[in-house]
Amino acid sequence: MNGIIDLSVLQVALAYIFVLITLAIVRIRGIRREKELIISSIRMTLQLILAGYALVYIFDYPSPLITAAIVLLMEAFAIYTIFSKFKAKLSSPLKRVIAFSMTLGTLSCLLYFLLVVVRITPWYSPQYFIPLAGMVVGNSMTGIALGVKSLLEGMTTQRALVEEALILGATPQAAAKSIINNTFDAAILPTINSMVGMGIVFLPGMMTGQILSGVAPTTAIAYQIAIMLGILGAVALTVIIMLQLGYRTFFNKEAQLNP
Amino acid sequence: MALFEFSEVKFKDLLDLPALAIEKERITTLVGPSGSGKTTILKLLNKMLSPTGGRIMFNGADLGRVNPVVHRRQVAMLSQSPVIFEGTIRDNLQIGLKFQEKDLPDDTVLLEILERVKLLKPLDSAAQTLSGGEKQRLALGRVLLLDAAVYLLDEPSAALDDQTEELIIEMINAHVRAAKKSLVMVTHSKAIAEEYSDTIIKIINGGRRWQEA
Repeated sequence: MNGIIDLSVLQVALAYIFVLITLAIVRIRGIRREKELIISSIRMTLQLILAGYALVYIFDYPSPLITAAIVLLMEAFAIYTIFSKFKAKLSSPLKRVIAFSMTLGTLSCLLYFLLVVVRITPWYSPQYFIPLAGMVVGNSMTGIALGVKSLLEGMTTQRALVEEALILGATPQAAAKSIINNTFDAAILPTINSMVGMGIVFLPGMMTGQILSGVAPTTAIAYQIAIMLGILGAVALTVIIMLQLGYRTFFNKEAQLNP
Repeated sequence: MALFEFSEVKFKDLLDLPALAIEKERITTLVGPSGSGKTTILKLLNKMLSPTGGRIMFNGADLGRVNPVVHRRQVAMLSQSPVIFEGTIRDNLQIGLKFQEKDLPDDTVLLEILERVKLLKPLDSAAQTLSGGEKQRLALGRVLLLDAAVYLLDEPSAALDDQTEELIIEMINAHVRAAKKSLVMVTHSKAIAEEYSDTIIKIINGGRRWQEA
């Protein structure tokens, strides 16, 4: 297959019939979701149109500054999403730990992946940098969010056990060890599960996109395997950095639990 | 030199102790109405709390400058309602030593400790199924295994019947005297305090009034 069938505006418009079907279902069932459905459909359309034109411009005029700015914007958005998910439950030191571990964990994996594994030229090539950064940052964000949830729950429900461990002469790290390990497990499990189902239960988005655009399936698969491993590494790294620094925010310098 | 020496110690608005000394290799009991700050004092002694004012000296050193984890390994505390960890009686006896990165003793040592705390159960039985009094004795056994120089016991016999209470306190007393340990104990029982203590300190109203008997 050479190239891809270009979709005309009319063809895209025909796809909106799926929105109409969903609207009809919620209206008939009396489920109050029409407004959100319409707004989210419009938002999705506008955001993607804007992103499309932005990418056309960025690909035409590649610049290290613009690539770096976009990746940093993604990081900022991901960190903001995690903060808003937990609202008041996050202490300021824990927020700093989340921001630091997201940035360090994803950037180090992303740079290794692009410069050592794929070896892109120029090093800031937006065509590779931006979509792959999106996947690495997005998956790490999910991992960190799960990790933070499990860490907060563990430090709340098992507070008495942690306190007893401290009384018995444990270091804060030893006292929080089982919570840290359970949290790492909870955060990394979805990534492990998605690897198990890959290629059988579903074909991942990146691979599907590459195949649609005419890339040989074998090449698409090679990319998919590599990015999946990159995502695994990024999730593991961001979560473990977050945990190793994050558990400390629950203790003061006298090895007592913060109130 | 006193084991612990308080000067102008305050903890929030719960405790206000102008001066207090606890002697080495002695049994000191803290008595007084509930809410008077006895447990707060024990927690200050093993650094689970830090004073919000004043200073506590430990063997002549400022407790504020002592590493808290190292300190807790010398000054072992049994809380009033100790937490039992998941697993067997053996797991619960060993966990303090594991936390302190010490070698684990073999079963004969563990069984001997169980006998001393009058808990005659197999080491492999589940700890969570024990009664309140049994859990308290298991936790006491766990603390005695740590072989610390100083023991802080918060109502160690509160959940026990009179007969077991006497046996346990007698055992603690004999152990502390024979091994030349120091013991600070909170108790509700005037009889125990009078029979076994070298010093009784009565804490009233957060230490604003206290007296040595």
